[in-house]
Amino acid sequence: MVETTNANPNVDPGHSAEPGDGSSRRDFIHIAAIAVGGVGAVAAVWPFIDQMNPSADTLALASIEYDFSKVAVGSQASIKWRGKPVFVRHRTPKEIADAVADDHAAMRDPATDASRHKAGKPEWLILIGVCTHLGCVPNLGGTYGGWLCPCHGSVYDTAGRIRAGPAPLNLLMPDYEFLSATKVKIG
Amino acid sequence: MSGHSNYEPKTGIERWLDARLPIIRMAYDSAIDYPTPKNLNYWWTFGGILAVCLVVQIVTGVVLAMHYVPNSDLAFNSVESIMRDVNYGWMLRYIHANGASMFFLAVYVHMARGLYYGSYKAPREVLWLLGCVIYLLMMATAFMGYVLPWGQMSYYGAVVITNLFSALDNVIPGVGTAVTTWLWGGFAVDNATLNRFFSLHYLLPFMIAGVVGLHIWALHVPGNNNPTGVSVKSKADTVPFHPYYTVKDGFAILAFMILFAWFVFFEPNALAHAENYVPANPLQTPAHIVPEWYFLPFYAMLRSVPNKLFGVIAMFGAIALLFVVPWLDTSKVRSMRYRPAARIFFAIFVVSVLVLGWCGGKEPDDVVIAIGRDAAGDPTGLSVTVFSRFFVLYYYGYFLLVLPILGLREKVLPVPDTISTPVLSHGGSALPTGATAEASKKG
Amino acid sequence: MLRNALKSALLGAGVAGLLLAAGGASAKTKVEEPRNGHFSFEGPFGKFDQAALQRGYKVYAEVCSSCHAMNLLFYRNLGQPGGPFFDPKHPNPNDSPYAKAISADIKVPDIDPDTGDTIQRPATPADHFRAPFPNEAAARATNGGAYPPDLSVIAKAREGGANYIFSLLSGYAPPPKGLTVPAGKYYNPYFPGDLGSFWTGPKDQVPKGGFISMPFQLTPGRVTFDDGTKSTTEQQAHDVATFLAWASEPKQEERKQTGLAVMIYLFIFTGLAYGSYRRIWRNVAH
Repeated sequence: MVETTNANPNVDPGHSAEPGDGSSRRDFIHIAAIAVGGVGAVAAVWPFIDQMNPSADTLALASIEYDFSKVAVGSQASIKWRGKPVFVRHRTPKEIADAVADDHAAMRDPATDASRHKAGKPEWLILIGVCTHLGCVPNLGGTYGGWLCPCHGSVYDTAGRIRAGPAPLNLLMPDYEFLSATKVKIG
Repeated sequence: MSGHSNYEPKTGIERWLDARLPIIRMAYDSAIDYPTPKNLNYWWTFGGILAVCLVVQIVTGVVLAMHYVPNSDLAFNSVESIMRDVNYGWMLRYIHANGASMFFLAVYVHMARGLYYGSYKAPREVLWLLGCVIYLLMMATAFMGYVLPWGQMSYYGAVVITNLFSALDNVIPGVGTAVTTWLWGGFAVDNATLNRFFSLHYLLPFMIAGVVGLHIWALHVPGNNNPTGVSVKSKADTVPFHPYYTVKDGFAILAFMILFAWFVFFEPNALAHAENYVPANPLQTPAHIVPEWYFLPFYAMLRSVPNKLFGVIAMFGAIALLFVVPWLDTSKVRSMRYRPAARIFFAIFVVSVLVLGWCGGKEPDDVVIAIGRDAAGDPTGLSVTVFSRFFVLYYYGYFLLVLPILGLREKVLPVPDTISTPVLSHGGSALPTGATAEASKKG
Repeated sequence: MLRNALKSALLGAGVAGLLLAAGGASAKTKVEEPRNGHFSFEGPFGKFDQAALQRGYKVYAEVCSSCHAMNLLFYRNLGQPGGPFFDPKHPNPNDSPYAKAISADIKVPDIDPDTGDTIQRPATPADHFRAPFPNEAAARATNGGAYPPDLSVIAKAREGGANYIFSLLSGYAPPPKGLTVPAGKYYNPYFPGDLGSFWTGPKDQVPKGGFISMPFQLTPGRVTFDDGTKSTTEQQAHDVATFLAWASEPKQEERKQTGLAVMIYLFIFTGLAYGSYRRIWRNVAH
């Protein structure tokens, strides 16, 4: 074991000195390394964010088929779609007439009754049963014969249009299509 | 080393904050300006690698817990659902599963480095003890995490490890049974056990993080050891942590990440067992049951003793010994670079642990050295169980005999006065022995 | 230098000892090593052969599925990227016409929402593969006490993976003379077991393998392939092993492709970090 004891005076002790001599090549390699690291860090974050999006099994249930033949006139079925209720309401002729009569009344979110159902099937009103205020499920009732939200008193008419209370929008309509005389596909 | 701070708040906000909560000062002193010996080699980068491992495990674990279901009927399928349906779930789960192996790989290198360079000696005993606590917590966390997928290996791993405590029946009859029943929350490993393991598996990593904080604190009071084992004498011996060691640790972390990524993306199940993709079945134990690779040496110790209680004692004793290492080693020289005899004993120790790991993966009656053949044509001779006993004895002998006695009797090489002395001798053509050994290890 | 030599010698001896030990122990193996199926999906660049996946699904659907469930597989999986029936024109597996057509032909049990009765309705892509038996007891009762394992993750759950499945299904052999095969069991050299107590021949020549409860299935021509591929035993075993390997890890291709990008990135970043490290340290002796 040989240990040399003579210190080399040319060696930078390091602690106090700024490393490097400020040449552009030095700057380039540091900047490149930091930039590449930054890009990688951003890319690596994405899987951690995306994992919270709906998974494939959740998306697989995104559309459902429903046999509405047993919903009697004047009644409503609530079915679960994407974890939320969908109202399938079989309207009476009077309810339809009331809704059409109000087509030009002052409303917060104006819409005609015709735009709230599929053409030729005014008796079937299919709406997402979630109040547009803060997400509660409205009950049948209210001064307009439609729905009344128990949480903050939003009132919807027989076409699901907002008529009173704090909700800003009409009840939303899901994408749906009639597959046959008795079947509807929602989503 | 500690106590004096070079931090100077530059803006008004920094001055305002510094007078109230000097958190920027603390970060500056411990991660930027922290004086670090300038001769640390790559073995010292494993501390930083371990910090990254812990963060990776906690982050992926928190995310996996969003999708995992700790119920004995649903756990297996929920893990598979993560792999199949959750966006990037396969990646997160494979990172977490292989991350445990990477964590242990790094911690074993880190511990071996500490043993070789005498990093446990005064004034760093508390630093070493905290490290031992972290290692214990890691083992508990890894074990409970391995149970969560609720496959066959998960289940029987839980059965075997919890049954270790039933050895207490040999001390006071009834106590072991009571303890295991309490651990299980029932009469066998079942849903209640899975639920509590999940709860604790989520909790323990944060306790590890807390002890890591203490570990770093206990490091920054005396400062780093270094390959010479000679204490820092002057500023010339050190460089500021940033940028010198941020960039060196950063480079080493990235190199380690390449190995990590190779396992995650190309061999994600190489370190696991096929049996763990079979759902847990309490009615049938797999033919060949072994723990994860990082527990194999301890498993071999357990099996090497033909008595239940003493086997358990041999295993836990091997871990307990680590806690008293600072007081077993009598050598005044820290680094084995200057202790040639100790180096040989240490090399045998490392080989012994590796051989024990190999033994742990074999079946107990497998034959290591064949002498003859039995009627069925199978070799007979020295079995794995008997073979492993030599190495268990050496493991204990290393701590209980070699470390205390060698320090009093060995001949040591001349130790340099300062860190800078051997550093400067590097330039010459005749490298000192220690430095050569160093270089060969780096490769 | 002498010390280093001593150290190398010690290490060498240790390694040699390990190798020796490994050699000594392998003599105990009692099962035939699986044959190499030369699968297209092996290795870091491997990809599934979609035609083989489709043929493999047909083998599963027409042969295996009469006893084996695959509860973790959904019909939508067949149409997802990397799946047997993936079509880039229908990126959403739930709209895949193949997944819809295949599932529509299959009846799955359900509960009538109005009456509460159990009914059979046509499956949808969101349904998991129809299980052949309602529960484990029914499966055992029909199969002489043996439980046909669920095949969802079978390639990951067996040592040897796809090679093992391929070898097992195509490797049935007549039992060697001197081996007593119990009723309802079949000899297979690739199936793990211990045949010592059923063997009347020389004690040092116990046949490798074990007894399996599943008889030989993939007779030549058992499944007719739509693409005209000759339906040999080897071909059927190979294709169904491919399908089962995909089913065990449908994200395998995505994993390897991501891995290549990650590796390239890491090598570049590590190289830059090394350059940065060398620049910073170049004036410090250490």
